[in-house]
Amino acid sequence: MNPSLALYIHWPFCVSKCPYCDFNSHVRGQVDQRVWLDALLADMRHEAALTQGRTLGSIFFGGGTPSLMPPATVEALIAQAEKLWGFEDNIEITLEANPSSVEAARFADLAKAGVNRVSLGLQALDNDALEFLGRAHDVDEGLAALGTAQQHFGRVTFDLIYARPDQRAKEWEAELARALSFGTTHLSLYQLTIEPGTRFATLVRQGKFTPADDDEAADLYALTQDMTLAAGLPAYEISNHAAPGQESAHNLAYWRYQDYAGIGPGAHGRRRTKATQRHKKPENFLSAITRNGNGLAHEDTLDSRTQAMEALLMGLRLREGIDIDAMAGRFGLTSQQMIDWDAFTKLRDIGLIEYRKPQLTVTPNGMPLLDAILPEVVNL
Amino acid sequence: MTDLSKIRNFSIIAHIDHGKSTLADRLIQHTGGLTEREMSEQVLDNMDIEKERGITIKAQTVRLNYTAKDGETYELSLMDTPGHVDFAYEVSRSLAACEGALLVVDAAQGVEAQTLANVYQSIEHDHEILPVINKIDLPAAEPDMVKQEIEDIIGLPADDAVLASAKAGIGIEDILEQIVQKIPAPGGDRDAPLKAMLVDSWYDPYLGVVILVRVIDGVLKKGLNIKFMQQGSQHLVDRVGCMRPKIEHLPELGPGEIGFITAQIKEVSQTAVGDTITTVKGGAAEPLEGFKEVQSVVFCGLFPVDAADFEKLRESIGKLRLNDASFTFEMETSAALGQGFRCGFLGLLHLEIIQERLSREYDLDLITTAPSVVYRMLLNDGSEQFLHNPADMPDIMKIAQIDEPWIKATIYCPDDYLGAILKLCQDRRGIQVDLTYVGGRAQLTYELPLNEVVFDFYDRLKSISRGYASFDYEQIGLREGNLVKMNIMVNSEPVDALSMIVHRDAAEARGRHMCERLKDLIPRHLFKIPVQAAIGGKIIARETIAAMRKDVTAKCYGGDISRKKKLLDKQKKGKKKMREYGNVSIPQEAFIAALRMGDEG
Repeated sequence: MNPSLALYIHWPFCVSKCPYCDFNSHVRGQVDQRVWLDALLADMRHEAALTQGRTLGSIFFGGGTPSLMPPATVEALIAQAEKLWGFEDNIEITLEANPSSVEAARFADLAKAGVNRVSLGLQALDNDALEFLGRAHDVDEGLAALGTAQQHFGRVTFDLIYARPDQRAKEWEAELARALSFGTTHLSLYQLTIEPGTRFATLVRQGKFTPADDDEAADLYALTQDMTLAAGLPAYEISNHAAPGQESAHNLAYWRYQDYAGIGPGAHGRRRTKATQRHKKPENFLSAITRNGNGLAHEDTLDSRTQAMEALLMGLRLREGIDIDAMAGRFGLTSQQMIDWDAFTKLRDIGLIEYRKPQLTVTPNGMPLLDAILPEVVNL
Repeated sequence: MTDLSKIRNFSIIAHIDHGKSTLADRLIQHTGGLTEREMSEQVLDNMDIEKERGITIKAQTVRLNYTAKDGETYELSLMDTPGHVDFAYEVSRSLAACEGALLVVDAAQGVEAQTLANVYQSIEHDHEILPVINKIDLPAAEPDMVKQEIEDIIGLPADDAVLASAKAGIGIEDILEQIVQKIPAPGGDRDAPLKAMLVDSWYDPYLGVVILVRVIDGVLKKGLNIKFMQQGSQHLVDRVGCMRPKIEHLPELGPGEIGFITAQIKEVSQTAVGDTITTVKGGAAEPLEGFKEVQSVVFCGLFPVDAADFEKLRESIGKLRLNDASFTFEMETSAALGQGFRCGFLGLLHLEIIQERLSREYDLDLITTAPSVVYRMLLNDGSEQFLHNPADMPDIMKIAQIDEPWIKATIYCPDDYLGAILKLCQDRRGIQVDLTYVGGRAQLTYELPLNEVVFDFYDRLKSISRGYASFDYEQIGLREGNLVKMNIMVNSEPVDALSMIVHRDAAEARGRHMCERLKDLIPRHLFKIPVQAAIGGKIIARETIAAMRKDVTAKCYGGDISRKKKLLDKQKKGKKKMREYGNVSIPQEAFIAALRMGDEG
């Protein structure tokens, strides 16, 4: 049987650009819904034709702000995806949503359209922080949207951004405790990162604020691990926490380096040995669709070493780690070709990484250091 | 041949920027040595570095024919001498080839301290010194005040000082007249056995090694079999000539004359500055006085930043050595820095010049290890050993005594800076020998351990005296020192390139300073890293580089893999540029910066 496929659909539009965000998002006065639905449908058909015989295990509407999509568009896309590939029984269909009252009003229709999981961009439970982060909602509005979401969707998760400038451990502890009290079974807790090209990057360069230093951020990270574990939502990935069985199936597909079709502007995909990327700019994407019937900007063949490297980069983010022998087998390599075992031993001895057959895993202590661990142990 | 009475040999003494080179150019031009068009600025300083730094490294000479007011034509030889303590011996040989000097003083700035040392050297050689007050066309010129200064500070009569402007061509004729009238003609006996001093030598790609000579007695001719009395080697003279400044071949060089010869010599290292040239047959019995074997006093390692450049470095050093026999080199292998060379120099400026020429003329990126002097180890078994590299220090248990080279330093400085300079000398373990006043200036004599001087003494001296202090030194032999080898250990492993020999009393401060510097320079790792300074097994300073605590990409989904992959590639490339030491990757910059220190300020 063919392994299942994950489908990512990118909706590139936002009402405004958040100062921390470097995702492919664009602000446009007018979005022609008909044109965009047709374009995404066409892009989907292109991928489906190349992945015949696979069924979908998950769909993820990301953005941008996909909660700005008309529910009818979402419904049409889900319906066509089912027709083209077929769904597995327990398919997970997630949509990212802004926690505003306007968008919450569409949750019922989105649920009817087939969405069974929402990911809310709550980002903070503090009005000053929300303003700093450039969010349009306040805490009350966000929590109301969370309540609505919990009524309509079987599974709800939300994002928080922490390690904000001058955020103290006590403050984050209270904020996180509150976040854990709402009964969601999944949480994404990201430390604020200043990405190049964002408004925040400019402000930092201008000295308008200073990001939290790494030591403070490390303390907050440790606190976060302790609290979520105690609350029954342990980390299963660096920034993602879930009750057992409630992990995001779609995101696990990325981290386990399974295939995913990515459609819509800027979407990335992995189709066996192919790495695909769509045109990022909405207008370029549309003209590619008109020209070629798909939005592809690049389609590259990855050699097995590159694939193995990607699989390691992604897999070691997971608490479960990777089955190194199985992975080596998958790419026709030996584990020695993938892992520098001398470096591994050094890092194992200081408790950052371990190997309990068959799984190679980065320990909870090693997780916040993953970017420094990878160049040591990855041999590729 | 030129009648002895018509020969004048002189040098020019001047502070940087007081117009020495312009004046020399003008003298050449006035006597017709070069046409206006042929004059490139500052003819005498050949090397880029000489022009940029305003210092002369190689002695240069030019012969001028001047028809004086008395109707006679004189043969003037202008000797441009090196102007830095590192080249003190070369300077003394150049001066020994002359009978007089022009003292050029800027009409606006007056007598500068640095000039004093050179004037005194010149006086020591019994030179007739002719003051020239230059730049008198400047609005700020105060010739009378400067004359007074010359009399008060230097103690030379300045009534007859020429008022000149080399730039505007004022006073050139007067200078030439005074040279003829006041500088004594050389002595010498044409019929005596040949005795000529080897003043300097350099490599010319067309002529081979060119030797600058001053004939004392006898005659140098083409075809003569000559002998270097100190080196003991014999050569056949194949060219005799002088510089005008273009090369002019001559049938011979007689007594009192300065010129050059070539003798089919391939390497500059076969010629020793100060050597006596005589004939193989019927040569002189005694060599000239004042010869000294050139010895490297400062050593350091030179390593290519990119290990792949080692062969290029070897080639480049070989080529430089063709023209500068005063530096030495041998292969060195450092665990930290890979393959390179241990090089010996006359002093720090010499070191810097070689380093700069390697990077400039040969396009090499270099790491220079901490400069070190040569120590004598007296071992328990009665043998002795000279140590050029702290990394080669024998086991401390085997050493009975360590001797270090000392120097006698003479410093001239204006009163105002005396306090600060005394403190500097005291801090560097100096022993005051003498303190006298010459005019408004102090003349300070100190004995100092050379290893305290090689680091940055000269720079510090210049900075605390705002450039007014002059510094000159001579070696006065080895003395026992309470010296220890200090190792720097990173993650408990000694880093050979950072070990140094220090005085026990200074060890702790220097060790602490080094550890602090390295703590800032070595990036945090996944584990904590002790950085220690140790003498033998005893830790005298310690810092800890805390373990890195956070380095992670918070958000990474399908689309992010490509970016992550690029980051990883970059990180892996970065690691290749680091040197691994006890599992610690030390960036090159850390070595360079740590070794540059020495400023305990």
